[in-house]
Amino acid sequence: MSGIVDAIGIVVIIGAIKVIVAFVALLVVTLVVVWAERKIIADMQSRVGPNRWGPFGLLQTLADGMKLFFKEDFRPASADRWTYALAPVAAMVPAFLAFAVVPLGDDVTIAGREIDLVVTDINIGVLYFLAMGSLGVYGIVLAGWASGSKFPLLGGVRSTAQMISYEIALGLSLVPVVLAAGSLSMVDIVAQQADTVGNVTFFDGIPVLEQVADLFRYMPNWYIWSQWPAFAIFFISGIAETNRAPFDLPEAETELIAGFHTEYSGIRFAMFFLGEYIHVVVISAVAVTLFFGGWHGPGFDFLPWLWPLVWFMLKTTVFVYLFVWLRATMPRLRYDRLMWLGWKRLIPAALVWIMVTAVVNTPGISRNIRLAVFGALFLGVVTWVFRGDPRMKDIVTPQRRTTRGVA
Amino acid sequence: MNTPDYLPILFLLVLSTLFAVGSMLAASKLSPRRWTSAKLQSYESGMVPEKDVAGDRFPVKFYLVAMLFIIFDIETAFLYPWAVAYDELGLFGLAEMGVFIAILLAAYAYVWKRGGLEWVE
Amino acid sequence: MIEIIVFGVVFVVALGSSLAMLFAKNAVHAALFLVATQIALALAFLLEGGQFIAAIQIIVYAGAIMVLFLFVIMLLGVDKKEPLIEPLTGQRPLAIGLGAVLAAEMLWVAWRGIEFAAGGGDAAGRLVDTNQDPGNVLAVARVLFSKYLLPFEATSVMLVVAIVGVMVLARRMGMTTPGEVAAGAGEESDLASPGGGATG
Repeated sequence: MSGIVDAIGIVVIIGAIKVIVAFVALLVVTLVVVWAERKIIADMQSRVGPNRWGPFGLLQTLADGMKLFFKEDFRPASADRWTYALAPVAAMVPAFLAFAVVPLGDDVTIAGREIDLVVTDINIGVLYFLAMGSLGVYGIVLAGWASGSKFPLLGGVRSTAQMISYEIALGLSLVPVVLAAGSLSMVDIVAQQADTVGNVTFFDGIPVLEQVADLFRYMPNWYIWSQWPAFAIFFISGIAETNRAPFDLPEAETELIAGFHTEYSGIRFAMFFLGEYIHVVVISAVAVTLFFGGWHGPGFDFLPWLWPLVWFMLKTTVFVYLFVWLRATMPRLRYDRLMWLGWKRLIPAALVWIMVTAVVNTPGISRNIRLAVFGALFLGVVTWVFRGDPRMKDIVTPQRRTTRGVA
Repeated sequence: MNTPDYLPILFLLVLSTLFAVGSMLAASKLSPRRWTSAKLQSYESGMVPEKDVAGDRFPVKFYLVAMLFIIFDIETAFLYPWAVAYDELGLFGLAEMGVFIAILLAAYAYVWKRGGLEWVE
Repeated sequence: MIEIIVFGVVFVVALGSSLAMLFAKNAVHAALFLVATQIALALAFLLEGGQFIAAIQIIVYAGAIMVLFLFVIMLLGVDKKEPLIEPLTGQRPLAIGLGAVLAAEMLWVAWRGIEFAAGGGDAAGRLVDTNQDPGNVLAVARVLFSKYLLPFEATSVMLVVAIVGVMVLARRMGMTTPGEVAAGAGEESDLASPGGGATG
């Protein structure tokens, strides 16, 4: 045993074990999330949902997955063989990879060796997450093109345009957090959110705000308090990146059959499905990590290593639930609305917010200027973002529009 | 440099790719294969597929979106090192990035006014 | 040890997929091989300690520029219909000439070594130190926002030129502004109209 350890190196072995654990955990989590989504939506629609396999139908997803294994594996004659096979892999693998930089808990000591509960802590963590997101586009582009069929191609082109549009907003929304934290490592960013807010000196001397700020002394020092616009932009673009409702235009059933995966069946379809759900979990986990203190939470003496994990999972569950809730609640956006939101609202809002955060965080600038800029830009952004689309007014009579309806 | 830090990512890449390829191979062995020419037609709601879709050209807007995406992506690439080093750069960094973003916002306003961001005319 | 293995794999993938890109018959396949090359190059940067540039290589090249390539191939349908005729005359001799210049340049840099590329002296050693001490991203930021301030600001002007260029090109190719709805749109396919599809 020790011979093997010496030969390969303990660091490598620990890394390999972490990877295997994370991989299996993600698969199990996906099974549970798919089941939970079906149950929750069923409940919201006064149905029962899956209830045959296992307690509360918990094994339904597993049964479905097994079934897909034994389904006939075929591809349309018009498809491009290798690209068709590559697309589901390209959709799934980046989703798995993105999870690698998310810290799941505090350091634990196993057999006298301190192990951090993150697959790997690289010092470009946030950029790595974005890089994996940008590679995730390929699965959909390729699926759309390789199927050699109308609906997939339309769905693929549409969804690529959607994903790249929201990718910008996603990338920009994390810049202010990085600016405030001064680091790209997710472990560092979590560490910065460890304590309570403490005494806020920023609003000292301003009658009402000072007292209000004082009230928040004991709140955990999460980035959501100062960075909530960044979080709003991040989460909206995160939903669009995962192609989930209300941004599920790539697979808009009523127009595009199933969009980019119309021609996919059996295990290949299962892989698209798996990729999407892992992406949902990853976006939720990153939201928790960057804005909601990561694994930080009240600890107890009993099993001290367990609590961070529990807090992390609980917080992540809240966001996964939010994904499901949105799917059950929101109607799908129209495509031009989608582009309008991404290009004309989220991107400028993100840019302005970056500058606001920069001004507020500048060391050598007078506090009054910072306050004034903060107040003015804050109000500006809020009114501008929420002033709404002037075209909303005629939303009830879309027939009156005289365009040919050409994109 | 910390190459060992990136080793787990390599493992994860290998593991997930093996999983994907392995399950596709397993499924192709386990599943029945009764291909018929009708089954292999591309989907068109039960009709005989009309024509090959690949020849049709798409609106140039998609190209515009992709091009604008690259430009803003490059901007994001500049913003990250700036954000990390902001504590060191201070007021000077603010001015630098202020100019950079202002120039780009002018171009953005131009695109907006020219209707480059409109999807429905 | 592992580093050498990874380097070998990266080297083979980068070279192999760029060759495959050249000889691929199908435009989409060629683009995909180029993606593989870009990712391999990102890994090569990573092996050299350039973490930031590796991430940017993936985000900008593999994730944005190659997506544009694929997009254009898909949008124009060049993968199946377009004949392989060279529109520019004299393209080949020009390509061979420029290629030879590039090869000579690279050989020269390789011969002079990293000291030359990084500005002489014990630059290689200093580079290693810089990358280790504050971290790669910070090291890049320090130089980029002080020594190379002017090129950095010039980049924004370049991006503006690109934006204006795109707008002009797109307009000539059938883009319409809100005022000229009736005149435009004629040549575009009705098939690919998500906005219209959703409204009408």
